[in-house]
Amino acid sequence: MSHLTRICRAESVVRKKRLRILWLCFAVILLALPLVTSNFGITILTQICVASVFALAYNMLLGQGGMLSFGHAVYFGLGGYASIHLMELVGNGVPVPLVLTPLFGGLFGLIAAFLIGSFSTRRAGTVFAMISFGIAELVAASAIILVSFFGGEEGVSSDRTMGPAFFGYEMIPQIEVYYFAAVWFFLATYAMYHFSRSPAGRLANAVRDNAERTQFIGYNPQKIRLVSFVASGFFAGVAGGIFAIQYEIVTDSNLNTAASGLVMLQAYIGGIGYFVGPVIGAIVMTLLNTVVSGVTDLWLLYTGLLFIGTVLLAPNGLTGLIMMHTDAYHNRKLATLIKPYLLGMLPLTAAFIGVVSLLEMFSHRNEAAVGDDSMLLFYIDVDISTWFPWVGFTLLSLLGLAGLRVVIPVVRASWDAANEMQILSNSTINNESDS
Amino acid sequence: MSTAISLSDLKKSFGQMEIIRGVNLDIRKGERHAIIGPNGAGKSTLFHLISGHYQPTSGKVLLNGEDISGVMPHEIYRKGLARSFQVTNIFPNLNVYENIRCGALWSCDQGYSFWRQVDDLEDINLKTEQILEKINLTHRYKVSASLMSYAEQRALEIGITLAGGAQVIMLDEPTAGMSIGETEQAVELIRSVTEDKTLVIVEHDMGVVFDLADRISVLVYGKIIATDSPSAIRSNKLVQEAYLGTEMISDA
Repeated sequence: MSHLTRICRAESVVRKKRLRILWLCFAVILLALPLVTSNFGITILTQICVASVFALAYNMLLGQGGMLSFGHAVYFGLGGYASIHLMELVGNGVPVPLVLTPLFGGLFGLIAAFLIGSFSTRRAGTVFAMISFGIAELVAASAIILVSFFGGEEGVSSDRTMGPAFFGYEMIPQIEVYYFAAVWFFLATYAMYHFSRSPAGRLANAVRDNAERTQFIGYNPQKIRLVSFVASGFFAGVAGGIFAIQYEIVTDSNLNTAASGLVMLQAYIGGIGYFVGPVIGAIVMTLLNTVVSGVTDLWLLYTGLLFIGTVLLAPNGLTGLIMMHTDAYHNRKLATLIKPYLLGMLPLTAAFIGVVSLLEMFSHRNEAAVGDDSMLLFYIDVDISTWFPWVGFTLLSLLGLAGLRVVIPVVRASWDAANEMQILSNSTINNESDS
Repeated sequence: MSTAISLSDLKKSFGQMEIIRGVNLDIRKGERHAIIGPNGAGKSTLFHLISGHYQPTSGKVLLNGEDISGVMPHEIYRKGLARSFQVTNIFPNLNVYENIRCGALWSCDQGYSFWRQVDDLEDINLKTEQILEKINLTHRYKVSASLMSYAEQRALEIGITLAGGAQVIMLDEPTAGMSIGETEQAVELIRSVTEDKTLVIVEHDMGVVFDLADRISVLVYGKIIATDSPSAIRSNKLVQEAYLGTEMISDA
């Protein structure tokens, strides 16, 4: 056994051990989360499970396979529709435990992905992106027209409680639905991680990097893409199946291009270069979608700003911002960053409060009834008919932005110092003020 | 002696332009065969035709007696022909280890498997480590390919080509852009890794060619004007004319 072999074996053992601990932590967190939240919280958690599975499936294409799809919600939606029809069949007496619905949705997504992928994966890049977009429009249009399967504009609905109980488990209360979603989330994540470390997963990376070269190591790039595409379609369908159980209704809005765009944003904001990236993106976007949308009408604007900010300042996503600290961690210098980061947070928070308040006041002035001039901003009552809040928040924004200009070099210098030992770190030397 | 590669009246045109104008060549099993010629003679095009990257306009390519003209590159590879590229052609975002491992995957019967885990495949990891040792990149195994030096990337390029254990190896200007020291190392590497294999090499460095090759073919304007042993090629009048003088001889 060579020296390298020994090193690799040792590393492999350590990594496997660490992985086992990580999976265990993941399971414990999923199990324990409902204990610390309200009913509303549990609904959101279930949504996060669905969104995470879908975003992970999407990233099998984008991050791992280098295929930019503008229409991946097709497989999510088809899986969802198929699941609703399965639920109907079960309600009419077909003896299938409904906890297996996502598997059925997945198989449906897999078949659809195989049929479409057999021609769309011939090329990557622009050709693939355009075909995916065209297919998405086609299926979304069909969803309105083909009423027997898609139910027209109302979509199709069913009842998850009609099936036979699964070991006394009927999925009536929300908490049972959550655990159902959480178990599927765990299984799907595990399977997708497994895939990423299989020969097919590694070849997907190779094709992403250099499709031409894979031909000269004995592989057909189209077939590699197709394998990834079909697997991704399967897991998108699984997500659709969990969704169908949770909401008991699936409509065309679940498979149109807007839904496809959302999952792309989630994967990108989370970071497509990391396996967990899409999960982080799904969590952030679902919270924006549920919690922030309850607070302000401008949540879509903030989502857009977050996306633009990610693309411009942190191309490796939120996960990239976290991972750019691994060198500092290995150098044991993470603690030296706390103070500069806190310092950076000060002007960042000021600028954030200032800008958001100005946006909210503009929106309130234009949208609220005439004479309704008072509003609540960050727990402060504000009267927008006076000049004071306008001037005050403008000053706060300017002060914050000016402060950032001063602080950013300081933060960057301390980040550089913390990473010094390493020769070449990640290419993510971004604006620290985001972290 | 049986032939590894046999070209008969091979032609390739791009539009009106005929780049390869009827090449006949037999490359014997186990020999180290160099193809030389001035810039634009069509050496890389000839490589592309043999490896399936381009389809011939007419004529035939035989690999171990089997017609492979018009066959897809990955299928030609599976029949035992591996090649490298003139412009470094690696997987830039994968690390060195993964680059080599991808090159070894097919030969370990993994197909497109998505249930096995690459880390658990003993034979493939052993093979990867052997190749890494051969190309002297063992200590760099964790580095992302795009961050390596040019010479290291060239070595990696050769490593990927060798990893599958193909019997016929084609190297397209493996030492291009290397320093003298690096070139010497590369020649030693090529010599050692192509032991008992058929090597076809395109090379501009005449020192390398005459050092390494058992036979040399000279390609000029899409035609082979001579195929012979190094000493015979050196004294060939036609070849000397093609190279405009005696520079080649003094180099060797």
